[in-house]
Amino acid sequence: MNRRAIAAIVRKDLTIVLQSKAVMIPIVIVPLVMFILLPTLVGLAGPTLINLPGGQEQFIAELPAGLRAALEGLNAAQQPVVLVLVYLFAPLYLIVPLMVASVIAADSFAGEKERKTLEALIYSPVSDHELFLAKLLSAWLPAVAAGLFGFIVYALASNLAAWGVMGRLFFPTWMWLVLLVWVMPAVAGMGLGVSVIVSSKVKSFQEAYQIGGVVVLPILLMVVGQLSGVMVFSSWLVLLLGFVLWGVTALLLHYGSKGFNRTELIAQL
Amino acid sequence: MLEAIALVKHYGPVKAVDGISFSVNPGEVFGLLGHNGAGKTTTIRLLNGVLKPTSGLARVFGLSPVEDGLTVRRRSGVLTEAPSLEERLTARQNLRYYADLYGVAVPKVAARIEGLLQIFELNEVGDAKVGSFSKGMRQRLALARALLHEPELLYLDEPTAGLDPVAAKRVVTLIRDLSRKGGRTVVICTHNLSEAQQVCDRVVVLEHGKLLAQGTPAELARTYQHSAQVVIEVAPEAVEQALACVRGFKGVEVKAENGQLSLTGLSRQRIPELVAALAARSVAIYRVEPQEASLEDVYFALHQRDAEAPEPAPAQEVRA
Repeated sequence: MNRRAIAAIVRKDLTIVLQSKAVMIPIVIVPLVMFILLPTLVGLAGPTLINLPGGQEQFIAELPAGLRAALEGLNAAQQPVVLVLVYLFAPLYLIVPLMVASVIAADSFAGEKERKTLEALIYSPVSDHELFLAKLLSAWLPAVAAGLFGFIVYALASNLAAWGVMGRLFFPTWMWLVLLVWVMPAVAGMGLGVSVIVSSKVKSFQEAYQIGGVVVLPILLMVVGQLSGVMVFSSWLVLLLGFVLWGVTALLLHYGSKGFNRTELIAQL
Repeated sequence: MLEAIALVKHYGPVKAVDGISFSVNPGEVFGLLGHNGAGKTTTIRLLNGVLKPTSGLARVFGLSPVEDGLTVRRRSGVLTEAPSLEERLTARQNLRYYADLYGVAVPKVAARIEGLLQIFELNEVGDAKVGSFSKGMRQRLALARALLHEPELLYLDEPTAGLDPVAAKRVVTLIRDLSRKGGRTVVICTHNLSEAQQVCDRVVVLEHGKLLAQGTPAELARTYQHSAQVVIEVAPEAVEQALACVRGFKGVEVKAENGQLSLTGLSRQRIPELVAALAARSVAIYRVEPQEASLEDVYFALHQRDAEAPEPAPAQEVRA
């Protein structure tokens, strides 16, 4: 395994990404909103969040049983804070590593074709396997780093903003730790897998980015699933979800790797 | 150093390379000539193991590019037709990146990069982004990149394409030096025939994936340009006598102007015979100048022959 070459490709891809506004704008803005703005607003707004006809009690009573159980023992001001920051935002948190992986992978795979830099890379003494691995790491490592960093920022913002309501550190929970360690890297991998496949079919970063956007659909389904009671995020459910996502990621990457060889790549130039 | 034996590459029904055979000797500058779509770039890809041949065999450094592609590519350098440089990186960053890919020894990397930037007169813009470079600068940087790991064999795909005459001349001089002074084997793909004539020791001419001819430019000229033009300058008072003499040679056409006869249709072998005949008639001969056919003349003669032939002509080899 040519580690030096792999490290060089990863370093180069990240240097390129940092200089691309098209890539950096979503990577910076979305986490700012997700990890700082939203938890701060929720933490500060507290009980006024659920200002519905019939009041908060009726809203809580209509929640799925699993969610109602999770909110037991909390007072009326704490319930909406925990409901939103701990449960409803859990799937949304996954959007950031998913998006970072997708955007960087689109730039790394399709962008290289668009910039016409792929040919010299193909002539280099780096095996197809090493090249594929380097390209995966170029997107997966920053996505996981963004997820980890975002988690820390989200935890700080949530606890600080909601301190007046909660009066204690309420975040992270065990479920969130499983989400961080087990599910988040898998979600980043899934975004990567979709981008690899899409990038092999298109010729520009924008095309890859736009088509790869469909990968956000499973996340939205998770949000809807929680609100509708189909699923309530618990440590066990999240653990199980992780297995499913790793399986999907493995399948996507396996399929994506099949088209990733010099002969196929050079035919696309 | 390099050998292609009945190499074939098909893309579906399209025969990009159609049974070509040639060999390149160490230290030689070898030209692959042909217009766009002739199969030059595909040949380079096959020789680097980037493409697998449909049939036939290639040996580079005695290795199979298909099975030992990594080793072959490590010992070769390629200047691709498009410079293929990262525009958002500086010249130094581009070279550093490829030094890592090609495994240039870490302690040597900085000196090697600075040395090449110096040679290619890019050291003052080494920290500027490549996006701001002119076409000529990019081409020189791409050439520096191809030389970074000191390859034994260098492939240059249209090295002067799109360059202004000054930049092109500079690149041609560099290529010549790489072989003459650096002892490197160079394979050039080009449709620039005067450039090929200047730098190539031997060439092959490709057309629709087929090899039309191979040899040194001079050999090809002698073989395919049978009736070179000959200019004979004689004493003004002897022009009529000389014309009468020349007209006695079958198949020769002659024009006279200012004491100078321009002959076409006379083979090189018959020039001494004509000179002897003129001398026998006491014609004062001041100058006899056979006009050597250029590679361009040969190229067009070959393509015309190929176009007129009902079936593509078989490859012919010319040996000195």
